[in-house]
Amino acid sequence: MALLEIENLTVEFPTRRQTFVAVKDAHLTVEPGQIHGLVGESGAGKSTIGAAVMGLLERPGRISGGIIRFRGEEISGLDAEAMQALRGKKISMIFQDPLTSLNPLFTVKQQLVETIQAHLGLSDADAEKRAVDLIDRVGIPNPAQRANQYPHQFSGGMRQRVVIALALCSEPDVIIADEPTTALDVSIQAQILDLIKELARERQVGVILITHDMGVIADTTDVVTVMYQGEVVESGPTAQVLGRPQHPYTKSLIAAVPRPTVKLHRFPLIAYGGRITGFAIEDLARSWPTDTSERGRALIEADGITKRFVSKAAILPSRREYFTAVDQAKFEIRQGEVFGLVGESGSGKSTIARMIAGLYPVDGGTVRYRGQDVTAGPMGVPDWYRREIQMIFQDPYSSLNPRMRVDAIVAEPAKHHGILAGDALKARVGELLDRVGLGAEAGLKYPHEFSGGQRQRISIARALATQPKFLICDEPTSALDVSIQAQILNILKDLQEHLNLTMLFISHDLPVVRQMCDRVGVMKDGVLVEVAETEALFADPQHAYTQHLLSLMPRLDGLSDEGLAVA
Amino acid sequence: MTDSPNTVQAERARSRIAMAWDSDVAHSFRRSPVALISAAVTLLLILSAVFAPLIAPHDPFNPATLNLMNGFTPPGQANMFTGETFLLGTDDQGRDVFSTILYGLRISLFVGFAAVAFALILGVTLGLIAGYVGGWIDTVIMRIADVQLTFPAILVAMLIFGIAKGITPPEYRNEVAIWVLIIAIGLSDWVQFARVVRGATLVEKSKEYVQAARLIGRSPFAIMMRHILPNVLSPVLVIATISLALAIIAEATLSFLGVGAPPTEPSLGTLIRIGQGFLFSGEWWILFFPAGVLLALALAVNLLGDWLRDALNPRLR
Repeated sequence: MALLEIENLTVEFPTRRQTFVAVKDAHLTVEPGQIHGLVGESGAGKSTIGAAVMGLLERPGRISGGIIRFRGEEISGLDAEAMQALRGKKISMIFQDPLTSLNPLFTVKQQLVETIQAHLGLSDADAEKRAVDLIDRVGIPNPAQRANQYPHQFSGGMRQRVVIALALCSEPDVIIADEPTTALDVSIQAQILDLIKELARERQVGVILITHDMGVIADTTDVVTVMYQGEVVESGPTAQVLGRPQHPYTKSLIAAVPRPTVKLHRFPLIAYGGRITGFAIEDLARSWPTDTSERGRALIEADGITKRFVSKAAILPSRREYFTAVDQAKFEIRQGEVFGLVGESGSGKSTIARMIAGLYPVDGGTVRYRGQDVTAGPMGVPDWYRREIQMIFQDPYSSLNPRMRVDAIVAEPAKHHGILAGDALKARVGELLDRVGLGAEAGLKYPHEFSGGQRQRISIARALATQPKFLICDEPTSALDVSIQAQILNILKDLQEHLNLTMLFISHDLPVVRQMCDRVGVMKDGVLVEVAETEALFADPQHAYTQHLLSLMPRLDGLSDEGLAVA
Repeated sequence: MTDSPNTVQAERARSRIAMAWDSDVAHSFRRSPVALISAAVTLLLILSAVFAPLIAPHDPFNPATLNLMNGFTPPGQANMFTGETFLLGTDDQGRDVFSTILYGLRISLFVGFAAVAFALILGVTLGLIAGYVGGWIDTVIMRIADVQLTFPAILVAMLIFGIAKGITPPEYRNEVAIWVLIIAIGLSDWVQFARVVRGATLVEKSKEYVQAARLIGRSPFAIMMRHILPNVLSPVLVIATISLALAIIAEATLSFLGVGAPPTEPSLGTLIRIGQGFLFSGEWWILFFPAGVLLALALAVNLLGDWLRDALNPRLR
């Protein structure tokens, strides 16, 4: 008998205007010891299934059809009290953000003991012993000591281990893990996933692993269910679904995953649901000023640039304490190339981008553009330099002013620099919006009327309005779904090729970097540890940290390579 | 898409009204009886203040129309000497209470709106500068705000009023009294605007659209006005509504204490001050009706402000 069975589950959110069906006729079964992956893009209804099983649907959501069975007994119709008894005891949950799922005012042991006693009714001494055992089991060193610490004394990965220990308190049969590693760096992600795998094997726990990451699915799960807009489109053993996908949506999703092993010319875009809109960059190239400068010459030279932030403020400069975010980075970006910067969060990649863009003043060293020092002036970088550079930001939801109309947003840089005005500016804005695939009439709308991917296209149109020579992309796709990411990355490749743009491309995602960049710099704790040609770096990493990073990259060996064109 | 931009634009302008009517805020307004009633009361009082010269049966400021014989006429009853009746009675000088309330409401509302506008402009400007520029400028502005918060607002207003009275020549005092009142109340009220705007500015400042504007080299002034200001205005709207009720009460308090509106231009507070002298001699209506109107106005505006705060904060829904 299956541990957990979901049959024909339909979840609705009735609102004032219409009823939104978040999950439609979903089927899913979990066997003991099995890790069942639930994959899909944002809004696919994956988390809603998890919440429905836990009885934690947010109002006004309700189960309007179907049955959820736990060990053969129906639990979808249980009242709040009966569900409360089941929740946490037989079925428990691991949330995405380990910081917010722990109470900062209690020690880890207190939180574990409270949960253990609530479920198992053990004495204080027994519960404490069990708490320490659990902390040991999730792989936290010095369990007896660390149990008496508060959540803020743990790192992100250790905190997620504590959350897993909490989920294990009551010896549950099913664990629902909702994006358990999304908030963590790759090196920690691998450890947490290993821990989940180990638990499932050893204790015969059934796990539903909800994620948007194909790498996580490929590495961790036994069975996978693919969801699209609330419906299950494909389900089966992981190797089979990823290797020989049947449904066109699954195919399109797998094709869009950046491969760590080969460099593609372009991402194949298999249309599904009419979501791909054309991007006519060749037309843009005709009106673009021809750049006669020689390819391969240094465009940007960063010479020992350093950035320090005040970590302890004081009136007397001698009493202040500093944190060095970037320490004497030295590299060059050549005319016409895409230069990548990779590293984990907090390694200083974005700080470098901001220093080059003139958003942060440098605390040491210089940035030269075509041989001229642009960081020496007292008033920040000179205006002629600002005209040559543009930037695409990470978060499409905060990079556009919500109170400005799209045409005003796109027009602002060109207008500010006095490059165009009046009808000529209007024509340029219309043309750009058309070329990025939104159509000129998009200019009359406000940003909130667009999706994340469309907003990122608006950002690109804004960046192109001044016809820059140098484009800084700071994690331009990390907030986007994988199929949208593929479209945006293709656009950036087109831009670079047809307009001879030079780019600084920042990402924490190694497969993306491999697809995009000609040369790559690796950052660790503010230090640039290695700079190499992309293919050389992936084939033969020199620095120990680079080797470590590459070893953590998901292999994705079993993925179907239908439609891929290797560069 | 074959639509020309012009027809699209016209269509969007038309649908904007429909969109506003259909928006969540409008919906919550239609569904909330408290909001509907408060809005109706506020609107009624504002309209009757604006059209006071048309509505009022008497002009209380024209001595030619006054008859001392009409003094102390109870509401709705005929005067024993002249036989005239007054809806809400008359005061000691024979002035129609209903008319004086209408004219008093004008002064009260004018002072309230003007004081809030003054506080809003001052507070929003200082809050924007403190939040965006930061550093020692931020420290100075916010410490001044903190110091001011240690005194009750009414005390600050009285202090400012006293100083202003001291430095104006006696012959102009009555003329400038209203303006001094506005500045005094406004200066005592800017702090909460500055605090909220500073906080919101700190949030907006770190967003990437501000970085994008800085990247192309826009001036701090342009970034504050064009980019940050429109995005911090919705909490300001809520505070302004609640402040309006407080400013009206502050004005009434000052006038009641005799330091506000001069007797030549009586506000609701002045009327209450005049009326309280007669409360225990049986002429209750001289106090009761102005006080009732003040209560209704302050309560309605306050409830409207409360509703607006809830409606604009999606986390409470």
